Amino acid sequence: MAKSIDVSDLDIYYGDFLAVEGVSMTIPARSVTALIGPSGCGKSTFLRSLNRMHEVIPGARVEGKVVVDGQDLYSADVDPVQVRRQIGMVFQRPNPFPTMSIYDNVIAGMRLNNAKLKKAEADDAVEKSLRGANLWEEVKQRLNKPGGSLSGGQQQRLCIARAIAVEPQVLLMDEPASALDPISTSAIEDLIHDLKSDYTIVIVTHNMQQAARVSEDTAFFNIAGAGTPGRLVEMNTTRKLFSVPDDPSTEAYISGRFG
Amino acid sequence: MNVRIPPQGPRLTVKSEIEIPIGDRHETEADRRSHLPLTHPRLPRWAPALVATLAAATSTLLALTLGWGPIPWVLVGVLLTLVALPLWARAVEGSRSAKDRLVTSLVWTAFGLALVPLVSLVWEVLGNGLGVIDAEFLTYSMRNIVGEGGGIYHAMIGTLLVTGAAAVISIPIGLLTAIYLVEYGGTSRLARAITFLVDVMTGIPSIVAGLFAYALFVLFFGEGIRFGFGGAIALSLLMIPIVVRSGEEMLRLVPHDLREASYALGVPKWRTVVKVVIPTALGGIVTGVTLAVARVAGETAPLLIIAGSTDSLNLNLFGERMMTLPVYIYYSYTQPGVPAEYGQERAWGAALVLIVIVMALNLIARAIGRRYAPKTGR
Repeated sequence: MAKSIDVSDLDIYYGDFLAVEGVSMTIPARSVTALIGPSGCGKSTFLRSLNRMHEVIPGARVEGKVVVDGQDLYSADVDPVQVRRQIGMVFQRPNPFPTMSIYDNVIAGMRLNNAKLKKAEADDAVEKSLRGANLWEEVKQRLNKPGGSLSGGQQQRLCIARAIAVEPQVLLMDEPASALDPISTSAIEDLIHDLKSDYTIVIVTHNMQQAARVSEDTAFFNIAGAGTPGRLVEMNTTRKLFSVPDDPSTEAYISGRFG
Repeated sequence: MNVRIPPQGPRLTVKSEIEIPIGDRHETEADRRSHLPLTHPRLPRWAPALVATLAAATSTLLALTLGWGPIPWVLVGVLLTLVALPLWARAVEGSRSAKDRLVTSLVWTAFGLALVPLVSLVWEVLGNGLGVIDAEFLTYSMRNIVGEGGGIYHAMIGTLLVTGAAAVISIPIGLLTAIYLVEYGGTSRLARAITFLVDVMTGIPSIVAGLFAYALFVLFFGEGIRFGFGGAIALSLLMIPIVVRSGEEMLRLVPHDLREASYALGVPKWRTVVKVVIPTALGGIVTGVTLAVARVAGETAPLLIIAGSTDSLNLNLFGERMMTLPVYIYYSYTQPGVPAEYGQERAWGAALVLIVIVMALNLIARAIGRRYAPKTGR
């Protein structure tokens, strides 16, 4: 059920400010694509434009094409709500809903979208999603406790469970492990490995080792200077990009000479 | 010989007095660099209490000997504490601590000052009103009562009806306005205009709200109209801005992350507002609303104009005059009848009941706020 994403000539604006310019890439289905680059180069902005979360910010807009399953996400008759049901997102900071229990957090997406959900269906969905997010064993005894009672790493996996509970085609992850300790990070990375057989995953990361560990393909974004738009410099298989990159600035970045 | 030595002595000591401090300062400077001084002399924990007690004793002594009244007596005691404690702290602990002690004492003084009217008010009302309240007082109206007896039943019911109707009008309007301002308005011209108007409404004197309601209903029903619903309109004019303001504050406190998390699950905006944003802010919203109700429950002026005054129980908001507690207190005290003491006693009793109602609303607000606050406990 996973879908690939074709991006062509994408320009992303905040008001009049052009933040990302001229990105074209193909994100393959059922694999992990990593986006790397220095801070402010527009990788998170690009990621958020893939499920129309970018336009949540006042004044933000996008020009260009993002085609999923033959449909351009930015054509006039596309409903952003439907897009986000197909393309889920996990954020940098864990953000479980504070008023809901662990159980309710997991089925929040389903329950908020379709009011009628049988108890047995809900139970199944919760267990399946929590198992999928590697969290079931840790929380199965306390599903009715508030989501905020978990540790940071557990909360992030709860957010992943919440995102996969609505069974999206694509999962976008914006630095999902940057606020976590090494053990939780490794749990999340294992999870990404398990999830890629079912989902197309795009992950933004500042950690190049992490990009090398989890992804099949890597895209390097760069920025010429403050106030200039970010650009896609190079996209290659992860193996090639980290060993013999085509572009000299990619090599400078991954070898730590700048950024 | 005897004459010479004294001049030399002082000269030597003068020299050493100059040198020793300099030497000391060099030493402490060097000390500071070599190791951090983490301890310094402190006054004992009971020092403020001791100073306050001594100051109180001194001012009592002065007051007794000089025949002062209570105000200079308290004032001298407080001033003595304010001067003595920082001076003592300066001698022992240094100037930073002295400032700290001075400001701490000032804050406590201000706290005490703020408590004076509150305590004296509660004391006075309890003392005068407690004896009046009995079963008859709470269950009888003033119909056909002259002199002793009667009660505030009609006024309590009136206050509950008028305030309840005001809440029913203001809460939906106020909360929907707050939701519009935070979730949909953004920085649009309409939102800015609404914010400005709400700010203006916050400053409306309550008598003006009453006159507005009266003028409004005179248009429909002619001169001299008095009824409970008009009072509810006047009160809601005062209540709406409070509800908008507090609701807005609470909705703005909801982290943007939560809205984005909900959008990213494919939840439409209106469902995000209803199911995620409002439940997260619910504790604060309910508290704000209840405080707004408590605030308007004690309004007198607008009800005097539009709800009117009567001795009988009236359960119909839309017809006839309706008594409310503040108006009851006002008339019982200004026109107590003959003999005057019974009317004035009833005014005190009604004041006590009104305070209890408002305080109960405040306590309910706190309890509800705690009940709905987002749970983070492990």
